[in-house]
Amino acid sequence: MSLNVSTENKMTWTGAKTIVDPQRGIRRGAFYVAENRIRTMLKWWPAIIAFGLGNPTLYLLSIGIGVGSLVDKSLGANAIDHVSYLTFLAPALLATAGIQGAMDEVTWPTLEGFVWDRTFFSMNSTAISGKQIANGVMLAAMARCVLQVFMYELCLLAFGAITVQSIPILLLVSSSAGLGFASIMLAFSASIKDDDNMFALVGRFIITPMFMFSGTFYPITSMPIYLQWIAWISPQWHATNLGRALSYGMPIEPWLLIIHWSVFLIMALIGFNWAHRVFERRLSA
Amino acid sequence: MGTTNTQGRLKVAKNTDAETMIVATNLTKTYGDFKAVDGINFTVRKGESFGLLGPNGAGKSTTMKMIAATSQRNGGDLLILGKDPNKSGPEIRAHLGVVPQQDNLDRELKVWENLMIYGRYFGLSRKFLKGKIEELLEFAQLVEKRNSKTEELSGGMKRRLTIARGLVNEPEILMLDEPTTGLDPQARHILWDRLFRLKELGVTLVITTHYMDEAEQLCDRLMVMDKGKIMAEGSPSELIKKYSSKEVLEVRFGSDNNATVAEQIAGIGERLEILPDRILVYAENGEKALEEIVKKGLHPVTSLVRRSSLEDVFLRLTGRTLVD
Ligand SMILES: Nc1ncnc2c1ncn2[C@@H]1O[C@H](COP(=O)(O)OP(=O)(O)OP(=O)(O)O)[C@@H](O)[C@H]1O
Ligand SMILES: [Mg+2]
Repeated sequence: MSLNVSTENKMTWTGAKTIVDPQRGIRRGAFYVAENRIRTMLKWWPAIIAFGLGNPTLYLLSIGIGVGSLVDKSLGANAIDHVSYLTFLAPALLATAGIQGAMDEVTWPTLEGFVWDRTFFSMNSTAISGKQIANGVMLAAMARCVLQVFMYELCLLAFGAITVQSIPILLLVSSSAGLGFASIMLAFSASIKDDDNMFALVGRFIITPMFMFSGTFYPITSMPIYLQWIAWISPQWHATNLGRALSYGMPIEPWLLIIHWSVFLIMALIGFNWAHRVFERRLSA
Repeated sequence: MGTTNTQGRLKVAKNTDAETMIVATNLTKTYGDFKAVDGINFTVRKGESFGLLGPNGAGKSTTMKMIAATSQRNGGDLLILGKDPNKSGPEIRAHLGVVPQQDNLDRELKVWENLMIYGRYFGLSRKFLKGKIEELLEFAQLVEKRNSKTEELSGGMKRRLTIARGLVNEPEILMLDEPTTGLDPQARHILWDRLFRLKELGVTLVITTHYMDEAEQLCDRLMVMDKGKIMAEGSPSELIKKYSSKEVLEVRFGSDNNATVAEQIAGIGERLEILPDRILVYAENGEKALEEIVKKGLHPVTSLVRRSSLEDVFLRLTGRTLVD
């Protein structure tokens, strides 16, 4: 066996004391994590754009227009809230897009980071703390969420379902719902030991009912009273109702406005607090 | 920076005035009721190369993770670069290089990107990292693989990339948990050579390994651990002198006969160690021991006299051979 040890390796070496400023990492850790997440996402940008625009287009063509004309025909035009059925539907669809977009980017990456690739452990062996990893993942998820909602808005605009003026406020409402729900999901995903079946269960028993009973397709007042509580705890409904009020002026009690915003805020506060604790605990085990 | 803590210095003042990098006092880590690291004490000085030896489950990786300022201790004191990791984890980690036992590269990123993002985590500029990445690819002999995804690398290549990654911030302390597991002999020797150069640059090395030749080559000082406790500590030659005889005679009588033969030759040499496939006779003079055995009318199938090694120390202290 030849041990041809080549020793030609020129390493410049100044030393961490000089080249690494710990405070820099401590200040900006979350942004570095987000930078990495976004770098990974960008590898899929054609898919993100194609699905971001293609999905809503197909959906609007089939459900929105088809069902919409049926509803308008049977109930009379502009029967609900005095707007077209598509306009009534738009805030709900955007809320779904926001929640889904943010959720996808916190659940899988978190499982990957803790279980599959253990990349969070390598991040945490640098100056970056567990809290910052959680924040960074969330930051990148919100970038994706905003993009997803915005693309949906472009489609809705093309179908005449929303006005240009309502774009910013609907974006804000849907992304806030995304932030609230995704921060809870961030903490939840970080608590999963290694079983991804949990997501299937959550999908079936929490997320699907949440979308079904949130006044997406009809006002919740037409649901039986014993099902209405689901809407009340669902960020989907809060975002839908808020979006309807703030985009086309659906009448709403002022106190309800405060409640809607508060729900997002409270969810985010609970979610972040919980997520920070789980991240720190799991990384320092 | 990193040397301001007087407490850490005082404790080792008796040894040397070299800068103290790590001081562990009664360091303990428990998982539930189980003590993975059970009150150990040690000190590592600047520029030293410190080795952790021990059988599987001894607590080496757990100790490494605590020194890496990630895993939190449950008891005792720990100072790394003069700081307490419970309070200043990020500050400490900013100046450490960590090579974990399990590679945790980002599978979705290319080889060079893995080095880039890891460098970014330390807040290093892209400009600096561009040059650094070239050096590190060279170091890891992965120049041709720069654009491969890490999942396309062989096990040894991944290992080399993980090691290179740990150098991106030019760490003051480099922690290597079984660095050469999975490397071919040539890659191992190249790595040893390069680690030796880092040491010459003043980098402190903390290494765990299951290879005794590696420990003898790389480490100035060793700590043998078992069941979370320190069994022995010293330089490789000190340990050999203290825990083994000068020479070792290895004799084989066929697997079925070893036990009975062992009874007959008891008393020859200083100590016997009966392994499944052979008997080790520890003696000042191996040849003489062999003569005594032959005098008893016993004829080993094979016999070999060699110098004592760390392997023998390990066997003595832990009752286990290293490579089964
Ligand atoms: N996260 C954990 N939870 C529970 N027990 C753990 C955990 N990590 C390690 N242990 C236990 O602590 C003990 C020491 O483990 P450690 O990984 O430090 O051993 P080691 O000396 O590195 O062994 P090896 O040579 O196999 O790498 C083992 O008994 C292990 O099962
Ligand atoms: Mg280990």
